[in-house]
Amino acid sequence: MPLRPILSSLRHHKLTALLLMLQVAVTCAIVCNVAFMISERVGQVTLSSGVDEAALSMLDSEMIRKGGNPQAQHAADLAALRALPGVTAAVAVDSLPLGDGESSYGACASAEDMAKAIAAHSMMQSGLCMQPAVFGGSPGEIGALGLHLVEGRDFHQDEYMTGTEVPTAIISKALADRLYPGKDPLGQSIYSGADKPIRVVGVVGTLLRPHLRESTSNQLAMIYPMLPNNAQVTYLLRSKPDDRQRVLRAAAARLFQVNPDRIIPAENMRTFEQMRGDYFQRDTTMIGLLLTSALGLLFVTALGITGLANFWVQQRTRQIGIRRAIGATRTDILRYFQGENFLIVSAGIVIGLLLAVLLNLILMAHYELPRLPLFYLPISAAVLWLLGQLAVLGPAMRAARVPPVVATRAA
Amino acid sequence: MFGYYLDLALRSLKRNKVLTALMVIAIAVGIGASMTTLTVMHLLSGDPIPTRSATLFYPQVDPSPDPDPGHTHEAWDMMDYRSAMDLWAAHRADRQAMVASGSLRLTAPEVNQPPLMAQMLSTTSDFFPMFDVPFQYGGGWQPQDDQSRSRVAVISSDLNIKLFGGANSVGRTLRLKDNDVRIIGVLAPWRPSPQFYDVAGGRFSNGKTASFYNKPEDVFMPFSSSLDINASGTNIFTCWHVPDADTKIEDKPCVWVALWVQLDSAAKASNYRRFIADYAAQQKALGRLTHADNTTLRSLMQWLDFNQVVPSDVRLQTWLAFAFLLICLFNTVGLLLAKFLRRSGEIGVRRALGATQGAVLAQCLVEAGLIGLIGGIGGWLLTLLGLALIRQQPVEYADLLHLDSMMFLTTFVMAIVASLLAGAVPAWRASRVALGLQLKTL
Repeated sequence: MPLRPILSSLRHHKLTALLLMLQVAVTCAIVCNVAFMISERVGQVTLSSGVDEAALSMLDSEMIRKGGNPQAQHAADLAALRALPGVTAAVAVDSLPLGDGESSYGACASAEDMAKAIAAHSMMQSGLCMQPAVFGGSPGEIGALGLHLVEGRDFHQDEYMTGTEVPTAIISKALADRLYPGKDPLGQSIYSGADKPIRVVGVVGTLLRPHLRESTSNQLAMIYPMLPNNAQVTYLLRSKPDDRQRVLRAAAARLFQVNPDRIIPAENMRTFEQMRGDYFQRDTTMIGLLLTSALGLLFVTALGITGLANFWVQQRTRQIGIRRAIGATRTDILRYFQGENFLIVSAGIVIGLLLAVLLNLILMAHYELPRLPLFYLPISAAVLWLLGQLAVLGPAMRAARVPPVVATRAA
Repeated sequence: MFGYYLDLALRSLKRNKVLTALMVIAIAVGIGASMTTLTVMHLLSGDPIPTRSATLFYPQVDPSPDPDPGHTHEAWDMMDYRSAMDLWAAHRADRQAMVASGSLRLTAPEVNQPPLMAQMLSTTSDFFPMFDVPFQYGGGWQPQDDQSRSRVAVISSDLNIKLFGGANSVGRTLRLKDNDVRIIGVLAPWRPSPQFYDVAGGRFSNGKTASFYNKPEDVFMPFSSSLDINASGTNIFTCWHVPDADTKIEDKPCVWVALWVQLDSAAKASNYRRFIADYAAQQKALGRLTHADNTTLRSLMQWLDFNQVVPSDVRLQTWLAFAFLLICLFNTVGLLLAKFLRRSGEIGVRRALGATQGAVLAQCLVEAGLIGLIGGIGGWLLTLLGLALIRQQPVEYADLLHLDSMMFLTTFVMAIVASLLAGAVPAWRASRVALGLQLKTL
């Protein structure tokens, strides 16, 4: 298609063409970065926790009177909960993936690493020590959570105790790969500041920590055979997915029967999905906002393109008539307007892609956003080209319908 | 002349309703989005206590013991008990209050309600006059109550409504854990934004600082007696050694106490700065502190800035909204250009009949301003809608959001200024149409 006539005609509309170009450029830059932010946040909220979320629900219980024997109370509570119809497993736990409250310990592969890390005042600095989250719970936790042991075994009954000086631990695959690269993790020792090293007896696949950090350490986690021993405890219940609300209500009522002297906070009586929703609530709101504004920007830009194209078609009705009268086909006219739009949008996109990279650099400095992957650039270019063509289609088709006879009329 | 231009503008707007609607919607949406986020920003970044903030300061000394090479030379956000207590007890400022927060189980023995977990602020008697805290009933405690470890408490208006239905509860009893304390004051509704006296650790929060906008605590107690009751439930900022389980909280190698001081003049502030530096030097000489040079005295607003209290998501939303407004304005410029230039013939006639370029310019700007005004009304409604939507979100600052008169005015000023800016180039172009050419084509 000949571009020369389009270019020379655009020379008469420098200002409008420039405006449109700038609008496309700014839209391109923003939408590109917003799309990237959306995908980052979606990546966060859809992280797999590794547990069987659909079957799990939980509630917290806190005894009002201090003293007494928390463990005995937990055992009595659990026995009552397991007897409830519909409950297939019940365990007492101190924390859960995406539950937010987390205890983490330094964990090293050898005593020398531990000494180095202590000397350097940092668990992560030596490179060999990690800061995994630690999950404690009553026997049966692995099964109740629906975790899959990829290697090794579950804890034996006699390994459970109340403090952190546990004999054994089950660790996540990610932690095993970081602590013992290239070695079989089973039987290895974890040095964690306790008197005796802890022996690894099992490895589970995916296991997300309660409170997320940077992406490389989200899956660093260990499970200890550590019985919860506080007045406050979380009871995890396993049941059929659609039975969970009923089970939760029944469980709360049953716990009050066992011992009414407790607080069961209503906001923590929830299914795993609700807990996940609560954890990511800000991110989901932000995704909604980002998505709305990206679509809004594209829509407004499309409106601008249509509006201006309409104006140009009206302004040039006579010229179009003349072109038609001297032999241009309807397709020629259509192509002309499409080509004109393509040129302007392309120029806008070129500037826009540069702006997008620049904007990303600013965002990286202020909002800890990673570098924009380059494949976002061609995608957003394609989206804007398509948008431009769609927006110009209506006015261009109207232009193509201008009859040649217009040329013979006075303007 | 203005009335005539207004009439012309109205006629012109009516002539092409679709184009007018497009421009008005573009301005309304852009203004609505930016005013919603700007209002949130305005409320979150404002001065929580405008009458006093210039005289309030946050002293810090650095109790970190090790000459750690990785030491950032920025003192921890709170102080250890010993340093805070020494500085507080010296009474070298016009007013001073220690602050630590915690949570504990609360019941009202005379009221038949289930126990609840309450947030408690441990502080000293100056807290209430220093921060201008409003009382509904009763009042705060006296300095001697701090000394004598009195079992007294001040409660929030919310808690008073929840437990006592809003009646005067002064003299009644609260049971905190297993201890009875007497209520001596009930606050009037008090909602500083942010809850400045608890702000700490903002630089470690990755921009997730919405919790700084929580409501104030429900129970306020003298620092001394609150430790008798709830040492175990008191929040600790961080520790430089793992504390032994049986160490008293006052002796733990941890930072958990904030100190606020009121210094009424610049001279007093610089004296106080010298006082804490001297204190740190003296403590270093005694062998208790290692980093004597690391003392700071930030003013309230500097402290809030340092903690970047406005959540990063809110800042991001504001930038996004203004980018949106920019695109909407680009659109309006283009559409106005189209609209004005389409009237080139009409403008040519006006010019031929003697209108000056300035008159044409003014006429076009009046039209643009009118679009801005209508768009502003739309933008105001959209802002109200946007704020209502955010209030539905479970965020800490939801109940703070409202459109105050300043932001209401800003909405219209911004809409009109934006539309005049958008109209400037098109109006200038329209006023410069080539006279002869236009008349010839008529």
